[in-house]
Amino acid sequence: MERKKKVELRDLYKIFGPNPASVLDQVRAGADKATLLEETGHVIGLRDINVDMMDGEITVIMGLSGSGKSTLIRHLNRLIDPTAGEILVDGNDVMKYTPEELRHLRQTQMSMVFQKFALLPHRTVLANAGTALRVRGEDEATADAEGQKWLERVGLGGFENHYPHQLSGGMQQRVGIARALTSNSPIMLMDEAFSALDPLIRTDMQDLLLELQQDLHKTIVFITHDLDEALKLADHLVILKDGYIVQQGEPQNILLHPNDPYIEDFVSDINRARVLRVRSVMTPVNGGEAPPTDDEVDVNDTLEHVIALSGGDTNRSCSVMKDGEIVGVLDMKDLVRALVPRAASEAGVRGKVTA
Amino acid sequence: MAAYDGLFNSLGLREWCDQGIAAGGDKPMSMAELMARANAQQVDAPWWDVPFPSLDNLNKACDAFPRTRDMTSGVEQIFLDVKDGLKLVLDPLTQPLSWMLDYGLWFFTSMPWWVLIPLLLVGTWFAARSLAVTAFVAVTFLFFAFIDHYDYAIQTLTIIFICTALSVMLGVPIGIAMSKNDTFQRSMIPVLDMLQTLPSFVYLIPLIFLFSVTEPKLYGIAIILYAIVPVIRLTDLGIRLVDKDVIEAADAFGMTSRQKLFGVEIPLALPNIMAGVNQTIMMALAMVVIASLVSAPGLGTLVLRGIRNLELGVGLVSGFGIVLLAVILDRVSKASLRRINVAQQQ
Repeated sequence: MERKKKVELRDLYKIFGPNPASVLDQVRAGADKATLLEETGHVIGLRDINVDMMDGEITVIMGLSGSGKSTLIRHLNRLIDPTAGEILVDGNDVMKYTPEELRHLRQTQMSMVFQKFALLPHRTVLANAGTALRVRGEDEATADAEGQKWLERVGLGGFENHYPHQLSGGMQQRVGIARALTSNSPIMLMDEAFSALDPLIRTDMQDLLLELQQDLHKTIVFITHDLDEALKLADHLVILKDGYIVQQGEPQNILLHPNDPYIEDFVSDINRARVLRVRSVMTPVNGGEAPPTDDEVDVNDTLEHVIALSGGDTNRSCSVMKDGEIVGVLDMKDLVRALVPRAASEAGVRGKVTA
Repeated sequence: MAAYDGLFNSLGLREWCDQGIAAGGDKPMSMAELMARANAQQVDAPWWDVPFPSLDNLNKACDAFPRTRDMTSGVEQIFLDVKDGLKLVLDPLTQPLSWMLDYGLWFFTSMPWWVLIPLLLVGTWFAARSLAVTAFVAVTFLFFAFIDHYDYAIQTLTIIFICTALSVMLGVPIGIAMSKNDTFQRSMIPVLDMLQTLPSFVYLIPLIFLFSVTEPKLYGIAIILYAIVPVIRLTDLGIRLVDKDVIEAADAFGMTSRQKLFGVEIPLALPNIMAGVNQTIMMALAMVVIASLVSAPGLGTLVLRGIRNLELGVGLVSGFGIVLLAVILDRVSKASLRRINVAQQQ
């Protein structure tokens, strides 16, 4: 499948303050956030953001609170306008859109799921699910039929006539997702969509999202502050700090090759065995002869799965299979080495980073 | 010898001060001054008795100064000068209000009691959906009918109904405009403050000048001006308080501002707007009693009669009737407000 750029952000800057344009040059020259605030009263929201979001992929933007991730996602549908830069959707610059075109983009191209659900409290679940179609001016019957279809798809069949406040948080967010899906738009923006939910429900919702994505192949932009969530969902991971991109790329790659102490600090805390996949640590055979091994594993199996398979014996090795062919060999010793983060043994890394 | 003679003399203004006397002769004199002159005893007041330099006191020393009554009659003159122009604009604009009140009063008072009372009860039921409230309204109106205050109560109720309806029709759009435009809000707030603090009798004064006392619109305007404030304020507040996240979601789904207003903002602000309507009804009731001074019919006229003729019983019974009306209006509007709140509690 040809990978197509669906959304592109080019040299995006956002500065908050009385006269953002006046300090843009300073920011471009690399002015420090604290000094800029002190000298001019402006706050840097985003700085030099360049991201390509591929069609049919989940792009996860991760960062701690205050890193500008919610600001960033609101630029995609221009709920917030940038100070400088371009936002291209299917190659068209959204910044040049008239209000009419922008509304059309929001109605048909992008749907959004919110952290606090933001359902209409005075409408039933079914009416909420059909919001997008009603806004577009389609008739009630179509909106209800579509809404019904997606409610059932997210597992909320039977709750159509309830009101949002009668549902639990997880169910409300399912309505939020159904509402976004009903609009049938190719791009879905999810702003910390699962952050307000408790851990078990959150895992359910992540699984639901991945399952939906297998059928729908939407371009999803997902915001989170949770690295585990980011690694689970991401095809492309963007790590944001203080409004600039620290590192972006394939999540496995970031995990194994963090290019910044900040990220190293981040990744040192997670369960690597559950996140890393066989494909990232195997030795590829590149069509050569594969040595004999003890087990067979799939390229996309997690290391946790392999450890369970081997019973913890580090003297074994596995053949890595992809579509029935051997593509590589995984030595258990490599596996164990991959489990140890590069910097974890250095005491005080965290202290150095945050100091 | 007035206290401030010396001041004008030392400033060299004596000549300017005495122009009036030279031209017009003697100025009018108060009784006290006349007495003082008759006694012909010019007693110099001790220095601590110096009066405040008010218009009247300065006038005593210098005739060119206007007195306070010149000022008030000046205000009156200004008002009289603009009156004709104002009347030319306001008269046709407000004439429909007179018609509405006239026909409304005629319509409801000429409707037989055995039609109107059940009609009121059906209305109450649909607004409040409460058996207790409906029963209370029934008992109240049967009581009014039994003590022969039914017609007065219906007149009062009709006026309140028409004036509240108009207040809502005007107030809600004004409130929405205020919530959308900060400048408009800033300019409206002092006006609303003034309308709310102006003593209710004072409303009547300029209106009496403008319109004839026999015109229903005179009290109609007074009631609307007095009662419209809460519905405006609470509409503005309600729309500003709508959850920002929901508004953002509405924007993200590409709603037009019209869709947002009618589909999101007004429905979510409805509990606040209804609280404003409740307040508006209560204030209309308060004003309709005072408006009986300018020929508003209803229970207020009985209160007025009680005061004027010292008919203590008439005044007290009709006063109690007004309390009863207030209670049922409050209960019915509160019950419907509660219904809305339950329907959209979050």
